[in-house]
Amino acid sequence: MLKKENKIFQNLYNEFGWEIDNALKRDDWKNTKEFISKGREWIINEVKLSELRGRGGAGFSTGLKWSFAPKNVGSRPHYLVINADESEPGTCKDRDILRFEPQKLIEGCLLAGYAVNAHVCYIYIRGEYLNEGKILQEAIDQAYEKKLLGKNACGSGWNFDIKIHYGAGAYICGEETALLESIEGNKGQPRLKPPFPALVGLYGCPTIVNNVETIAVVPTILRRGGKWFASIGKPKNTGTKIFCISGNVNSPCNVEEEMGIPLKELIEKHAGGVVGGWDNLQAVIPGGSSMPLLSKKICDTITMDFDSLIENKSGLGTAGIIVINKQQDIVACMARIARFYKHESCGQCTPCREGAGWMWRILDRVVKRKATLNDVDLLSDVTKQIEGHTICAFGEGSAWPVQGLLRHFRKEIESRCWEEPVVKKKTNNPYLVDQHLLENKNA
Amino acid sequence: MSLKKVHDKQPKEFYFSKNNLQKVDEIFSRYPKKNKKSAVMPLLYLAQKQNENWIPLAAIKYIAKILNMPYISVYEIATFYTMYNLAPVGKHFIQVCTTTPCLIRGADKIVKLCKEKISPKENEISKKGNCSWMEVECLGACVSAPMIQINDQYYEDLDEKNTKEILDSLIKDKPLKPGSYRGRKNTSPEHFQLVDRGKHA
Repeated sequence: MLKKENKIFQNLYNEFGWEIDNALKRDDWKNTKEFISKGREWIINEVKLSELRGRGGAGFSTGLKWSFAPKNVGSRPHYLVINADESEPGTCKDRDILRFEPQKLIEGCLLAGYAVNAHVCYIYIRGEYLNEGKILQEAIDQAYEKKLLGKNACGSGWNFDIKIHYGAGAYICGEETALLESIEGNKGQPRLKPPFPALVGLYGCPTIVNNVETIAVVPTILRRGGKWFASIGKPKNTGTKIFCISGNVNSPCNVEEEMGIPLKELIEKHAGGVVGGWDNLQAVIPGGSSMPLLSKKICDTITMDFDSLIENKSGLGTAGIIVINKQQDIVACMARIARFYKHESCGQCTPCREGAGWMWRILDRVVKRKATLNDVDLLSDVTKQIEGHTICAFGEGSAWPVQGLLRHFRKEIESRCWEEPVVKKKTNNPYLVDQHLLENKNA
Repeated sequence: MSLKKVHDKQPKEFYFSKNNLQKVDEIFSRYPKKNKKSAVMPLLYLAQKQNENWIPLAAIKYIAKILNMPYISVYEIATFYTMYNLAPVGKHFIQVCTTTPCLIRGADKIVKLCKEKISPKENEISKKGNCSWMEVECLGACVSAPMIQINDQYYEDLDEKNTKEILDSLIKDKPLKPGSYRGRKNTSPEHFQLVDRGKHA
């Protein structure tokens, strides 16, 4: 269990106030000038030493990502973009950082901005987080007042500006290139990679895109040393992480814990246990909706870090843990997630645009007990056709949860299906209209 | 992709108010001069705010003109992003999150209440109280599920009883206080308040 003095986000629940004066008492902005005077190489090295992996879902090494930015600024300026478009179902950690620990984020932006040669930083906040954005804007204004931002930010000799850009309710804008498209004033449709944003990003300029939590832990890493951060958690899965525990638990909450904590301990100690007791657990989605679910047997022993979850054919993702107990219809839960992906597909690649709808409709038929056994194979096939055949990782994100369901609950699904009837009834469904629109007179 | 209908009764003209024109300049200052197009999303928000929370086609044309963009590009953006309303919504606009984390904690009951109290159909303005509601995807407050958003405010940790109270007073045009309805501090675990808070204070 994480010791209190090792907690990075002291004010996660706003016990002590988010305003800059309170933040300064919590050691934010301490020695920032010194770190910058030690130079770029030192900052990047220290972050590499800490083995910090990106907190947005992919878990890519942050130090490495920063080192991809060109060393010298050419004709094009560099940009730093912060991804605060937190829309993954089950995840709400960045929201608390934005509203209760904004100075950590702002200080991290300055340090990261300096490390990658950027003078301008855009923070892309999802549109629904309007109030969080207002608090962040106020915190930015307070930082400007104290001369921590702007010209010669924090006395470091580096000019640095932070600007907020609001999204407008598109999940796909959490994908980094879609996010850049969105800032540029286009539809949020992902770009082909390569070229990676580190070379050709926002407005065609070198851009580093990082998650809120990743950037917000950087100042503390520099203050306490990369080695300190690396000493917490497991090898290659270091540091602390905010876990969001939602679903059928007695006390859903956000909590900062060390990486590699056993899932059972996390749920029982912090979230008050599963509703109806641990034995009433049916499945857990460990990393936001796009990660495959885990059956109870795996949950008994699994530890929450990138590598052990990958071993179990899932992933840590954003560490949004959705707990599902035995009172829930697991197929209905996953059908709802499939509907989410159908709604949020940007429509650029055919396999994803069409396939997400297919998956949802088949699962919906299973829930209503109208599916046939052939549908189960078809469902499995559709997930394979989407995975790996799209521009961005949304395809995997929509296919994996269904694959996870099939892996662990295939018997449950098949028990609800019928044999293919010999004489087929003709249904007169127009091809291009969604079934739920036909059934639901609301739409 | 969202399924959005453009309202059938459209105003002929739309211009930003004097106040908002100043805001337009402030918005332009956020982006590099040659990338004026970036301002399209903030400008659509501004238009939506000025026009009782929905964007008429005239505003889309107007913004396209300001930004020197083809009309269809702005129209595309207004239809791509779900938060731009292309038809009128209630003065109190209720968005019910029904994605899985909220669903398994009872979001369907809240949808049912909305149907009973406000209107049986989504996006239909109620006869009483100028309210409308719709189902939305994850609003990013999953540990506070189930939750609803009324205009800009989040109402969290709901159950049937307090949702009823919230909707009833909303219909009377007296919105209740946003935040958690289980009386906990933000997203902290509930037992945390009993055990840990004494030590902090």
